[in-house]
Amino acid sequence: MPKLTSKQIKDMYKAMVLTRIFDDKLLVLQRQGRVGTIAQSTGQEASSIGSSFALAKEDFIFPSFRESGALIYRGLPMESIIEVFGWDERGSIIPKGVNLFTMSIPVATQTLHAVGYGMACNLKNDKKVVVVYFGDGATSEGDFHEAMNFAGVFNAPVVFICQNNQYAISVPREKQSKSKTIAQKAIAFGFKGVQVDGNDVFAVYSATKDAVDNARKGKGPTLIECFTYRIADHTTSDDSSKYRSEDEVNEWKKKDPIDRLKKYMEKKKLWNNKEEENLKKTCQDQVNKAAEKAMSLPNPNTGDIFRFMYKEMPKELQEQLDELEESLKYET
Amino acid sequence: MKLNMVEAINLALKQEMKKDKDVLVLGEDVGIDGGVFRVTEGLLKLYGEKRVIDTPLSESGIIGISIGMAVYGLKPVAEVQFSGFMYPGFDQLISHASRIRNRSRGRFSCPMVVRTPYSGGIKALEHHSESMEALYVHTPGLKVVIPSGPYDAKGLLISAIRDPDPVIFLEPTRVYRAIKEDVPEKEYALPLGKCNLVKEGNEITVVSYGAMMKLVLEAVEKLENVSAEVIDVRTLSPLDDETIINSVKKTGRCVVVNEGPRSCGFAAEIIARINEKALLSLEAPVKRITGYDTIIPLAKLEDKYLPSVKRIMHGIEEVLSF
Repeated sequence: MPKLTSKQIKDMYKAMVLTRIFDDKLLVLQRQGRVGTIAQSTGQEASSIGSSFALAKEDFIFPSFRESGALIYRGLPMESIIEVFGWDERGSIIPKGVNLFTMSIPVATQTLHAVGYGMACNLKNDKKVVVVYFGDGATSEGDFHEAMNFAGVFNAPVVFICQNNQYAISVPREKQSKSKTIAQKAIAFGFKGVQVDGNDVFAVYSATKDAVDNARKGKGPTLIECFTYRIADHTTSDDSSKYRSEDEVNEWKKKDPIDRLKKYMEKKKLWNNKEEENLKKTCQDQVNKAAEKAMSLPNPNTGDIFRFMYKEMPKELQEQLDELEESLKYET
Repeated sequence: MKLNMVEAINLALKQEMKKDKDVLVLGEDVGIDGGVFRVTEGLLKLYGEKRVIDTPLSESGIIGISIGMAVYGLKPVAEVQFSGFMYPGFDQLISHASRIRNRSRGRFSCPMVVRTPYSGGIKALEHHSESMEALYVHTPGLKVVIPSGPYDAKGLLISAIRDPDPVIFLEPTRVYRAIKEDVPEKEYALPLGKCNLVKEGNEITVVSYGAMMKLVLEAVEKLENVSAEVIDVRTLSPLDDETIINSVKKTGRCVVVNEGPRSCGFAAEIIARINEKALLSLEAPVKRITGYDTIIPLAKLEDKYLPSVKRIMHGIEEVLSF
């Protein structure tokens, strides 16, 4: 059991509950047609929050597209995530002081960015640690292996967090790799790999804390495999009943990371029904407010399509923008 | 002083690295070996292995790592050993480097340069002679620069390194050591996004870039009785079409030379711009002299594939006699 105060444990729990309620809200918004395809992290909250909890504020994370927990915990306004899924690039304007990068849709590509960022930290003698999130499917991509290799060779202060949620859309973990564990892949690159129960927030926290401390001390990268389960479909465009049984999902629901932590807190008399009720209400309110904020955002300007391609807009793009604006006149 | 293109690029790197501590070089064999073409010779000794990084053999890695460094705030100048080996890293260019500023609405940017030797004429193995510049030009968010000689190479690379956006810097291997030019020792920047009007004339406009420029100039010189205006594109993206259009409006005739495959090649883009902006000034159809839509052959047939001085001369005469 890691050294955590009652308040820290409660904070972890609160962050996990908020993540769950947020992901549920995303689904509602999607069903209402107010956002597009979304990816929920339901079932993986302990991995997301336990790991984020082990970081210092100045540390930097590179998330995949299924990491609401870490994003929210690290300070990204919830409305930003809703905006990204709701067809608006302005959701990717990460506020200054929120130390994370835009979510990566192409699988595993962000692992390299994290290592490059980490190598830059080394070069600048900057004591930040970099964390990159990805799934089990990403470990089959070349970029993952290239990133692990660079991280090892250059002793980059990077913690690789693999959310092994057992499926890459429909393809199960055992068809992704013959390796017995994902963690063992680190051995080939010359650094430590650990497998943890990804539904045990304390285990994830401990493993990440060790890895972060080591990285900060100049001892290089670690790979952490969080063994968890994606309760939700891959995205709202997916129907997971095609490739996994209800029984299997129900078995994993019994290991729900939020229920587990709640039981622990109740046993330790850290938590009661009243607090639970209040928390859920507060989270629901926060999430609703974020959704309202995202939904009330006025439409972006047409010029935004062009404005951010380069720091200075080239003349040829200005001409194309003028042409587009002209064409809008006869479309209305 | 007289320098060839390898020496000119080397000097640009040395000077920018001295001027700005955030500039660093990474790639395969760029350190102790000085690069397979010796472009990074001596940098390791001057700036040490923290800023002159011999990387694993890993093109996607080199480009993806550079992106992470650029996002941090450094200015990586990555070398990909040959442009024919760029493709494993193409995903990183097209999916991230070119998009980071736009995706984040300007919150993040990706100021990096990817230098890579390209184009034919050096009797190389397969995959070492292609001219696939159109791929990069077709990727919104990248800048694409191709120098034709030592003087341009130095000034354009300095601008590329100082540019706030990702720049693909394609270095014609055939030119590397073929010519020497006067290159000022002191640093100078040539603007990106500007064509270079190399020679004025009023009968025909000849547009080209990279290794083809030398052939174009030779062809024009041999056609003593023709007053040709010659334009070196220098930056393919963003394209300064104004210089080209103004010239075509004056001459009424145009030939475009690029050594890459024809269909959707860069010449096609220039001809489309002329159609849009100067069609009524034309007195003859614009001709493109290009490679063919085939794989570039190995050296025994390469001369037949690549535009030659004679083909360029013939093309110019054909357009003039229309």
